[in-house]
Order: sequence, then C-alpha cells, then structure tokens
Amino acid sequence: MRVTQGCFSFLPDLTDADIRTQVQYCIDKGWAVNIEFTDDPHPRNTYWEMWSLPAFDVKDAAPIMLELDACRKVHGGRKYIRLSGFDSTHGWESVRISFLVGRPQEEPGFILTRNEGGGQAIQYTLQARPLPGASA
Amino acid sequence: MAEPLTPVPAPGETAIDLHKELAETQVAEVLDELDRELVGLAPVKTRIREIAALLVVDRVRRRMGLTAETPTLHMSFTGNPGTGKTTVALRMAEILYKLGYIRRGHLVSVTRDDLVGQYIGHTAPKTKEVLKKAMGGVLFIDEAYYLYRPENERDYGQEAIEILLQVMENQRDDLVVIFAGYADRMDKFFRANPGFRSRIAHHIDFPDYTDAELMAIGEMMLKSLSYHFDAGGAAAFRDYIAARRKQPHFANARSIRNALDRMRMRQANRHFAHPGLVTLDDLTTITAEDVRASRVFNQDATKPD
Repeated sequence: MRVTQGCFSFLPDLTDADIRTQVQYCIDKGWAVNIEFTDDPHPRNTYWEMWSLPAFDVKDAAPIMLELDACRKVHGGRKYIRLSGFDSTHGWESVRISFLVGRPQEEPGFILTRNEGGGQAIQYTLQARPLPGASA
Repeated sequence: MAEPLTPVPAPGETAIDLHKELAETQVAEVLDELDRELVGLAPVKTRIREIAALLVVDRVRRRMGLTAETPTLHMSFTGNPGTGKTTVALRMAEILYKLGYIRRGHLVSVTRDDLVGQYIGHTAPKTKEVLKKAMGGVLFIDEAYYLYRPENERDYGQEAIEILLQVMENQRDDLVVIFAGYADRMDKFFRANPGFRSRIAHHIDFPDYTDAELMAIGEMMLKSLSYHFDAGGAAAFRDYIAARRKQPHFANARSIRNALDRMRMRQANRHFAHPGLVTLDDLTTITAEDVRASRVFNQDATKPD
C-alpha cells in the first residue's frame, strides 16, 4: 500500500531536482528545513525522529541535500523519510510545509483492529503494520 | 521546440566577438568597480580579471557544445599586515556571485575558534555546521595557520583540517574557501599540510603598498569621512608616510587609517584651543599642523604615536 501524506501527496514521488527546488523555496522563505524519519507512518503520528539538527542558518539547498543523502544511506528503502519547513516567525511558529522524500521498498500498510466493548459497542483502531526488518 | 542535447553552433557562429560577449555579462561592471575602489593590488586584480575572462570564454564554449567545467576557485591570500587581504576577501563573495560562480553570494567569516572544538567529538560537527552555513557562498578563514598547532599533537585542529580538505575536494561546486594570513606563517602551514597547497588553485600574494598608493588610500579614506587635506596637509602627510614606513610595526593601510583617526582628533582639539567660530571648511580640512604634531616626525621616538 503506497502511503501518501503531506504536500504533493497526489503527485508521483519527487525527484532529487524537485526536492532541491522545494528546499530552496523553503530556505528563501526563511523556514528551517528538517529531515525526519519513522517506521510508523500513521497519520496521527506527529513524532518522527529527526536526522541531524534543524538547518537554521543555511542559505543554500546543497547542505540539506547532503544530509538527506546521508539519511538515505542509513534508512533509505527501509523507513519513511520526510522534509519539513519550520517557520519560526511570531504568529506562525509551526511547520509550513512537509512532504515525503523516501519510503520503504515494501509498504505493509495498516491494520484495522475491531474491539468489542460493553453492550454492543465496537471500537476501531488503525495501526501501522510493522515494517519488514523491524525488531518489534 | 526542445533544445538539442548537444548545442551546435548556430550557422555563422564560427567566430565570436568576445568583447560583445563580455558586455552582455555583468563582468565588466564588476571589474571597473574593483579598479575604482581598490588602490594598487595589481596581482589581485589580474587574477580576478583572469577568472572573469574564463567565465566569459566558458559561456561561449558551452554554447559551442564544448565541455566547460567550473574551475577550482579556492584561494589563499598572503601578505603583510594591512595589505587588504580581508577587505578583498569580503568583496570576493560579491564578485564571484556577480560572475555567476557561486549561487548565493554570502560570506561566512570564521577563525580557529569557530571550527575547532574543545573536547573529543566536538570538532567534526562544529566544522560541518560552519561548512553547511557557507555552502552556496564563500567561507573565509582568517589567520588559517592557527588551525594547525604542531607543538600539540593532540590538538583538534588537525581534525578540522581533514574535514575541510574533504569538503573542498568533494563539494567544489557548492563552496569556495579563502584562506588568509601573513606570508611566512601561511608558508609553514602549507608545508605542514601539503594537501591544502594542491587543492588551492589561486595563491595570491598581496604586495606592500608604495608611498603613492598609501597617499591615494589615505585621501580615499578621508573622502569617505567627508574630510580633505589642504595643500600643506597633503605635503605633510606624504612626509608622514615616508617617515612612518621606516619605523617598527608598520602595517600599510591599517597604519594609515590609525594615523588619520589621530589627525582627526588633533584637528578637533585644535578647533577647541582656538577661540572663535568654525566654518564648514574648518570642520572638513586637515592641515599641516594636524599632521606634523605626530610623534613620527620626532626622530628620537621609536614607538609610533
């Protein structure tokens, strides 16, 4: 199952040139670009792990692309990787853009668990299936 | 219509007017500005002229379908104190940006403290952080020889040097590194780190200024501060330069700037000492009296005033 989320989710996966253009756009807007990865792509999971530090003082997309390559060397094809642009200006102070730049080769998708409660009540829980190679 | 993959020269484009090509870029403007605003420094201007010429030729070559690879632009500036190394480096970012060699045109100026960490494992992230900031622009390392401390074999400077060398080689398109420092110490630094010497394409030596050049620099500095010499003042300042040069701790343009600052103080003091009103002319003129009061003219003095 091909997981989509964030910006450009209806487009085919971005090429490196596309990513570089987007990163430069974020930098020109004054946003700090972050690289994050996770093995739990649940849409409600906001806590992805961060790769290196947020790039606050960077003027050019080159260093971000270098870090992205480094991240891909470790997690590429095995975890989800995304870029986000954080706007620190007063009043915003939040993520302005976020898009996927990497996904596992095999995407097991989600599992829907049905719990029967008291009476006839039924609760549904959506959970990401563990990625292949994950320990738990 | 899609462009062909290998550009072929348009019919009738077998010969190209390079001067017309030059006029189309901003290059000429940059070079003129450089000539106008920097006195002397012939070797520096020649080198920038060469780099600029290559850019124009590369543009033409690319259009003719020939390979045109970005040249290595890492530089080292050596010279005595006050010969304009830092001043030129600061302008280099702007020049290279206008010439189209770097993408952003910002300059990150660092010294040893910004690159070398204080404990094991601190140096690499620190150096990398600085390099990332500088990408797309120019990284200026002032007094670069402090990076290498041979007397302490456990010094972390060596680690910073290794990372620098690696990035200078692999990210040549992303970043230009300029090293600056006094000639003799830079020489020792390069001898101890042969990797640097070969990775730096442009070794530019900043010559000492002549007396006439220093005079021109002095006048330019005064002008930017809205002052000027009167005839006597100019003559006295010429004598001052000749006398100051023979004394110890002479630092070319920096000595001139310091001297001018002191002369402005004396001029201000002189106006207080003489009762009466001052005119606009009085406020902007440096006279012989202000210059001659300097201790440099006192032959017995060994220290500059």
